[in-house]
Amino acid sequence: MNMELSRRQFLAATGAGVAGTALGAFGFGEIEAAHAEAIRAFKLVNTTETRNTCPYCSVACGIIMYSKGDLKKGEKAEIVHIEGDTDHPTNRGTLCPKGAALLDFVKAETRLKYPMVRKPGSDKFERISWNDALDRIARLMKDDRDGNFVQKNNDGVTVNRWTTTGFLAASATTNETAFATYKVVRSAGMLVFDNQARV
Amino acid sequence: MTNSWTDIRNTDLVVIMGGNAAEAHPCGFKWVTEAKANRGAKLIVVDPRFTRSASVADFYAPIRQGSDIAFLLGVMNYCIKNDKVQWDYVKAFTNAAFIVKDGFEYKDGLFTGYDETKRDYDKSTWNYVIGDDGYAVVDDTLTNPRCVWNLLKAHISIYTPEMVERICGTPKEKFLKVAEMISECSTPTKTMTSMYALGWTQHSKGSQNIRSMAMLQLVLGNIGVRGGGMNALRGHSNIQGLTDVGLMSNLLPGYMTLPNEKEVDFDSYMSTRGFKPLRPNQTSYWQNYKKFFVSFLKTMWGAAATPENHFAYDWLPKLDVPGYDVLRAFELMNQGKMTGYICQGFNPLLAAPNRTKLTASLSKLKFLVTMDPLDTETSRFWENHGEFNDVDPSQIQTEVYQLPSTCFAEDEGSLTNSGRWLQWHWPGGTAPGEAKTDNWIMAQIYTRLRDLYRKEGGAFPDPIVNLDWSYADPGEPTAEELAKELNGKALTPLMDPTDPTKVVVEAGKLVPSFAALRDDGSTTSGCWIYSGCFNENGNNMARRDTSDPDETGAYSKWAFSWPVNRRILYNRASADLNGKAWDPSRKLIEWDGQKWSGYDVPDIAPTAKPQDVGPFIMNAEGVSRLFVVGMMRDGPFPSHYEPFESPVTNLIAPKIRGNPVARVFKGDFAQFAEPASQEFPYAATSYRLTEHFHYWTKHVWVNAVLQPEFFVEISEELAKEKGIVKGGWVRVWSKRGSIKAKAVVTKRIKPLICDGKPVHVVGIPLHWGFTGAAKKGFGPNSLTPFVGDANIETPEYKAFLVNIEPIAGPVA
Repeated sequence: MNMELSRRQFLAATGAGVAGTALGAFGFGEIEAAHAEAIRAFKLVNTTETRNTCPYCSVACGIIMYSKGDLKKGEKAEIVHIEGDTDHPTNRGTLCPKGAALLDFVKAETRLKYPMVRKPGSDKFERISWNDALDRIARLMKDDRDGNFVQKNNDGVTVNRWTTTGFLAASATTNETAFATYKVVRSAGMLVFDNQARV
Repeated sequence: MTNSWTDIRNTDLVVIMGGNAAEAHPCGFKWVTEAKANRGAKLIVVDPRFTRSASVADFYAPIRQGSDIAFLLGVMNYCIKNDKVQWDYVKAFTNAAFIVKDGFEYKDGLFTGYDETKRDYDKSTWNYVIGDDGYAVVDDTLTNPRCVWNLLKAHISIYTPEMVERICGTPKEKFLKVAEMISECSTPTKTMTSMYALGWTQHSKGSQNIRSMAMLQLVLGNIGVRGGGMNALRGHSNIQGLTDVGLMSNLLPGYMTLPNEKEVDFDSYMSTRGFKPLRPNQTSYWQNYKKFFVSFLKTMWGAAATPENHFAYDWLPKLDVPGYDVLRAFELMNQGKMTGYICQGFNPLLAAPNRTKLTASLSKLKFLVTMDPLDTETSRFWENHGEFNDVDPSQIQTEVYQLPSTCFAEDEGSLTNSGRWLQWHWPGGTAPGEAKTDNWIMAQIYTRLRDLYRKEGGAFPDPIVNLDWSYADPGEPTAEELAKELNGKALTPLMDPTDPTKVVVEAGKLVPSFAALRDDGSTTSGCWIYSGCFNENGNNMARRDTSDPDETGAYSKWAFSWPVNRRILYNRASADLNGKAWDPSRKLIEWDGQKWSGYDVPDIAPTAKPQDVGPFIMNAEGVSRLFVVGMMRDGPFPSHYEPFESPVTNLIAPKIRGNPVARVFKGDFAQFAEPASQEFPYAATSYRLTEHFHYWTKHVWVNAVLQPEFFVEISEELAKEKGIVKGGWVRVWSKRGSIKAKAVVTKRIKPLICDGKPVHVVGIPLHWGFTGAAKKGFGPNSLTPFVGDANIETPEYKAFLVNIEPIAGPVA
């Protein structure tokens, strides 16, 4: 059973109807036609559907995101609607008060857009380029690691640890990001390493 | 979860205790509704508050926060006293018959071997008697007074219904009703599921809260069966995955452990990880540890990990303490012993305890880096927000980088849900501004650091410059590349162990599952338990086949469930000693005389004879543990301990304060209120609201409108006593901080009577801060104590002491 296909077909058919080709066939008179024209077209027509899962709790409800533009075609894509995925075995299309408002998370005014730096003692953030920020972060990390890395403990045992810079991992990044993060953190010898499982 | 969300439909009784699924996991809770409507299942809720879960329960019982162990051991005691035990299961599938060493004892709240100065136990007596044959000695008749069953019976006998009422404040008749309903699930054809969350974990004895229920489930024979199990409702979308992949101080991926500095080389490390079976014929699957460990090291360091250098064992950092968890990190910061801190999608200024200490700690750093899609409080800890963040920026010398990351809608990869399903998701939108994926950010930091070491040299560059980073674009590994790395591949042709002329996996091919992994360096696998997620069949996490034969709720072709697509852990225990389902209507897997098969991937070797091989294959015993050997710091059995800040003294062990082995840093003890404190007389707890998710949705307009403003919740009785009016302003303070809030005066909270004395509960929801779309407010962490669970350091957020008074509100 390929529900995705059947769903797309359903939407395509609905879209065609609203776009107007079938209006005459339904017998609309002039008034009805004028009225129909005044109604906003079904907003999901010509949008791209993408499957995703809700980023909040661990039920991991299936969602469908509708965007103007298609990332797969290299286009800029703006998400215009998010709803529950009726095919998903766990949530079967339903969403809670948080999941139902996901679009406002994607478009939150307080989404971060640019790297920022706050200099010591300053009372404000300032824009900084990615390159400058990353170069500086790598430099800060290396200087600290070079200064405080412990190769052997007092008993002469090889311990290769770095405990003066720490890393707190997230709770909603992907497993793949988690593994990339793991590799970077552990290869540097970091031990001060935790995630949000405890809180 | 041992089971899955969709499996809850198969249950007869749901116990929600230590959680509030109807509000915190609403779409998962629908499977409770489904079980109620279609099976006639019942729902019990035990909670200090009459939650929305309670509002649809068949029975609700109040409990004082922090007293769950007394309640659960009370239920177990009731079941045993009333012969409500699934005896065949207990005898065959638990360690009830194992004989415990002489010398092991429990007295006055402590087990044998306690050292008060170390706040730790010498656990040498907490073990089995080992016979001359090298196996643990058992008494199948359960008559030996030193067998686990008899020690357990004696240990829990103190938890009578009367004692439960005195400790927990649960009226005796309500407790008895709950105990009776639960005890009915001791028959092989009736099962119960436990749904819990941070209401159980966020205590100084959180691990033992969960163990208590797990033990009860074993006594009732409810582990491994459809509709049963221990079901942790993880709070965040991928906290299961982050933990599976080992992003914790002391972990390697797949629940292997990082070496400590006493494990000076590869052989000494492996010597304590032999996992020799403790009974004849048992699987003890961790005997394969070396295969998983070597495959992990090969994934990390590729060609540089050789048999000669023990696969780069020395390149792993070695621990000198049990772990550098988030509490220890802030303690070290506060002592001025840390230089930098990097927070990826984590907002510790609101999420870790004792905010005053957190701010002081962050202020001592040289640098702080945050990566987040949202403008977090942590990234602005240095900014003055009046009473909501009362700091002087000019006095804070920390250099702060706030890096914008993509959110779920713009990122690709898998998340692991509570039921261990790895589900793939795809990006659908363009990220705002210059926001970048976490993969890009991590790769950019790594390649810069590596290049600096290549150019300049420095402290032991080997593990950094030799890290296998062979991605098509080293500046941004793709989710697919990383998923394949987690799965693992063959580096050389893998030959069939039974026929050395036959190749089972060609060199360069992805391994089908962890069963193909080798300990000689010929395979890789980043996280062995995830092996099978992306193999030569393709990306199994992206599967979307909704078929579910006979509607068991397994959905075996939807996504991928670790391990090896198994949907219910310990599923061999769903069948009796002969391999027949305990409950024919809830068949899961069965033995046909030759092999195991059924609706799920068997959690046992397919040809393992049911009479010989026990269902708990990860345990050296082959059975489950009612008595745990050496693995829990605070005792082989759970025992009631009060929270560190408690409105009463410990009734069964008056001299014991908190959990006797929980780690408390110097300076923090002085910041705990005394037991039964006059100064801080009220028992506070923290919780979520259904309209909000942690500290994220206050940035979301709709949710900020739904619940715009911070409040605290108190009973009508306490309001009257203190002269607090509905909607009026209050100040709430603990020994560590003070907050202001509006008061919600409610019937949902009632005073409890504990040992004859009323205890008032103050509820503090956790969703407000000083950034976002909602009104500025406080979080419970301004008040909570800096102490964690004795085993895993989850902070004690659910039980602490406060005082409260009415105040004049702010001028509008």
